[in-house]
Amino acid sequence: MKLTRTAIIVLLAAIFMMLPLIAGAGETLDAVKGRGHLIVGVHSSLFGFGMPDEKGVWRGLDVDTGRAVATAVFGSPDKIKFITLTTQTRFTALQSKEIDVLCRNATRTLTRETELGLTFVATNYYDGQGFMVPKKLGVKQAKELDGATICVLPGTTTEQNVSDYFRTYKISMKPVVIEQATELNKAFFAGRCDCLTSDASQLASVRAVAPNPDDYVILPEIISKEPLSPAVRHGDDQWRDIVDFAVLAMIAAEDLGINSKNLDEMLKSNDPNIKRFLGVTPGNGKALGLDEKWAYNIVKYVGNYGEVFERNVGKNTSLKLPRGLNAQWKDGGLMYSPPFK
Amino acid sequence: MRTPIPASAVEDLKPPVSSAGPLGWLRANLFKGPFNSLLTLFILFCLYKMAPPLIRWAFIDSYWFSDADVCRAGDGACWSVVSQNLRFILFGFYPYLLQWRPAMAVLILIGLFFYSRDTGRWNRRLGVVWAAGLVVMGILMHGGVLGLAEVETDQWGGISLTLLLALFGLTAAYPLGVLLALGRRSRLPAIKTVCVIYIELIRGVPLISMLFMASVMFPLFLPEGVTINKILRAQAAIILFTAAYIAEVVRGGLQAIPRGQYEAAESLGLNYSQKMRLIILPQALKIVIPPTVSILISAFKDTSLVVIIGLFDLLKTTQVTLSNPAWIRFSAEAYLFIAVLYFLGCFSMSNFSRHLEKELKA
Amino acid sequence: MSTAQNHTDGPEISQEVPFWHDPGKRAIVFQALILCLVFAAGYYIFANTQANLRRQAISTGFGFLGREAGFGIGEALIPYSAANSYAHALLVGLLNTLNVAFIGILLTLLLGVVIGIARLSSNWLVSKLATGYIEVLQNIPVLLQLFFWYSLFNDLLPSPRQSFSPLPGVFFSNRGFYFPVPVGHCAFGWAAAAFGGAALVCFLLRRWARKRQDQTGQIFPFWPVSAVLLVGFPLLAWSLAGAPTAMSIPHLTGFNFQGGFSLSPEFGALLIGLVLYTSAFVAEIVRAGIQAISIGQSEAAMSLGLKSNLVLSLIILPQAMRIIIPPLTSQMLNLTKNSSLAVAIGYPDFVSVANTTINQTGQAIEGVLIIMVVYLILSLLTSAFMNWYNKNKALVER
Repeated sequence: MKLTRTAIIVLLAAIFMMLPLIAGAGETLDAVKGRGHLIVGVHSSLFGFGMPDEKGVWRGLDVDTGRAVATAVFGSPDKIKFITLTTQTRFTALQSKEIDVLCRNATRTLTRETELGLTFVATNYYDGQGFMVPKKLGVKQAKELDGATICVLPGTTTEQNVSDYFRTYKISMKPVVIEQATELNKAFFAGRCDCLTSDASQLASVRAVAPNPDDYVILPEIISKEPLSPAVRHGDDQWRDIVDFAVLAMIAAEDLGINSKNLDEMLKSNDPNIKRFLGVTPGNGKALGLDEKWAYNIVKYVGNYGEVFERNVGKNTSLKLPRGLNAQWKDGGLMYSPPFK
Repeated sequence: MRTPIPASAVEDLKPPVSSAGPLGWLRANLFKGPFNSLLTLFILFCLYKMAPPLIRWAFIDSYWFSDADVCRAGDGACWSVVSQNLRFILFGFYPYLLQWRPAMAVLILIGLFFYSRDTGRWNRRLGVVWAAGLVVMGILMHGGVLGLAEVETDQWGGISLTLLLALFGLTAAYPLGVLLALGRRSRLPAIKTVCVIYIELIRGVPLISMLFMASVMFPLFLPEGVTINKILRAQAAIILFTAAYIAEVVRGGLQAIPRGQYEAAESLGLNYSQKMRLIILPQALKIVIPPTVSILISAFKDTSLVVIIGLFDLLKTTQVTLSNPAWIRFSAEAYLFIAVLYFLGCFSMSNFSRHLEKELKA
Repeated sequence: MSTAQNHTDGPEISQEVPFWHDPGKRAIVFQALILCLVFAAGYYIFANTQANLRRQAISTGFGFLGREAGFGIGEALIPYSAANSYAHALLVGLLNTLNVAFIGILLTLLLGVVIGIARLSSNWLVSKLATGYIEVLQNIPVLLQLFFWYSLFNDLLPSPRQSFSPLPGVFFSNRGFYFPVPVGHCAFGWAAAAFGGAALVCFLLRRWARKRQDQTGQIFPFWPVSAVLLVGFPLLAWSLAGAPTAMSIPHLTGFNFQGGFSLSPEFGALLIGLVLYTSAFVAEIVRAGIQAISIGQSEAAMSLGLKSNLVLSLIILPQAMRIIIPPLTSQMLNLTKNSSLAVAIGYPDFVSVANTTINQTGQAIEGVLIIMVVYLILSLLTSAFMNWYNKNKALVER
């Protein structure tokens, strides 16, 4: 009995140790500032978007987006905590205020904004669902896939999109749906499926890790629109603006020709747009309720959108994704930032 | 009266070669009858066919500390996937430079287990030693005092998370389980009904549904603005789940106590709590130590299910390592490695429980 | 303490006992308190949930069950398409779960008994191998085993075009295991009905034979007769209905095999993983049950001149069964519950389909509740059946 009593005491002590984790939250910005760090929900193992490296440091496009928000608020990219979420738990985590921002390759849709009570901000990656097949099958377009077995990466819109597509063309298919992305990729490489379908960026990410990437082709059809955007809760407009413009600041910086290397020279620029952007001419920071240096800090510690893109998914990474839709509007892409004034 | 036998006649006769010594052993244990002999030969043949290629793959052609590229070029086992990522697999997101702390904590825990192996040490001091050990482990893991940097629970991962979930799961579930068992044996109908419903409900559903509940439903149960850490939620689900199983084990122990013990306690004028605390539970809980160890083993194994709700336990850190392009092909090696870790943990515990069973019976 | 006596002997004792010293009243107060606590906790959770759902504008109710599911399911025992409702999709998942649980339980029992007996074998090699099997498989998490088997299947099995074919018409590939089945014909329905009829006749026959043996001591050759009945009846029905012999043979067209019957690798990996894991536990239960029967029983049986296999099947196993069945029940339930891990390797079981439903509708509470209720019903049914069987066995005791 003495043993039991000691055990109970130790247990209570442990619970009290964890108590600080149970905390209330008020208005998001005040809550984040009071807490001293930002909490971001990310993917646990999507190479190039959200995944820890071998030292446990988080890397990826979504991760850097989260860092940009943290930098805007605190002036430092390290005042941040990442919480990994599954497709199933990601929206609940945001709704229940477990996280402040969701950066987990979530597609913006009408019902998610309305029925789930979320607000999506500026898109940080434009994607679309595609198909990847082994070259030796000789398939040239998706319509030739009648009767094929298709590996579906877990996700909410993907499964439905592929079903819709095959129903539209009245051809048949057999889905294999695996919750664990690693297992699914392995199954595809082993020939368990004739075809793998997912967002094109993910297909590239999977192809990059294939035993022999040249054995696989990504078919030309893109069967859906997937604007992947960070999300916040409905109803806190100040916080929405901060997250929105933290993403847009990276895009605008690239548009204005500012990057982490030429940043300090740019401080001396005469261009009023650049002056306003970097906070040399004050105003933007006050409007958002942030430090005037917020955009400067984002570029300094995280980089502009182009740098972030190249670092995580660009040509020198194993994903080798082209800019495509994610190029600046000047280069024929969709990345377009409103003026910072 | 016995006639003395001449010394020469009592000279020890050796048993025939065919029934003693190695040959005798072979006959008795491997080649007893035609069916047995055929079976033995068949098994030996299979081993002969299968063992050499396996050994070749695992030990001779294998790579231990190489790069991923070297591994991909060869065709032996690539143990490098483990050695190159060992620290992430074992400790997850724990700050890289501070990883000696969880390592120490795990060693202390193993030490504590070894220390408690001997039932002769089961006294008050053991309780103190465990309490001290757990506190030291807690300080090591969490930090924030004695000049150690603070590391919050959401950065705990890998083997420390697995052990934490299993150990705290059992310690917290134990008192709850005892209460439930007492409630189920209670004469008060309302309490009995509540306990029976709880126990049967929990035992009827898979753990994974409890974990789903913890990850997607718990947040909705709480008032606005209050959130509970994800690890704590999973821990709560494991505790609620394990308690029902412990309750059933303890109930078995309570039923095994003869009626006379209850009556004797009552005739001494002890009230309910005195009766249970001083007479019944000490005996009942002693009987159920071996099955309780089996519950600890299954709790340890079941923590691997938190993968499905995305916590970074041992299995998840391994899978994250495997989703790195360089290592994706070597899942068999990585899975085998953690299988060995789980096996060592569970096997030593089950050995211990068997040893206890013998000792308690004696 | 009889109150009548108290009244006459000493009036001071008859004074009302304060209610906190009256065990009966105390019990009522105590129970009421506990019930209040339980209801208060329940209400607190309910109220919070209601408030949260309203605040976040999450839709509630089971209305989604009637909506179009819009996703495909790889394996279905009943016809299903993406145009069917969520309720239909969940039914497909439930049947898949039942399918794997049923086949899994049968195989587990078979393998578990064999290994449990092998563990006690006098052959050193056999008993050591059985021990090793039990120790290794018991002590590795079943989820890890499932991952392992699934990746092994994917690595070792060839693609459909290079599939391994041990018999004509039978194919092993990484798309699954394909084998020929007869083309559907009403004759098979008749044959199945005839089989059911034969089984009923056998059951009655056995009761009659038992009774007769008890009364007269005459032994009726039950097994040969029932074998003839069980094979003969369906055969007769089949030939009377026209003896169709057309077979649907799997053949490679396009991407995959068409025709025949198939088992997918996901199903295979799940089944193998669950069966190997659970059978290790069953083997231990069987061993413990057999060892619990005192050695005198087998010595007595041997002294009657029974052979060792007869000793096992007539004397030891029937007695051991009574010890074995209760823990066996919980293992069977474990297997059923563990089949929910299918979600991790892609077999479309009930949890997997419910998971997709939760993902698409966002209605987590309803989804998790459905999962829990369904497993609860499955568990209660299984344990009810096993209890019935257990009672049945216990009645045989004399």
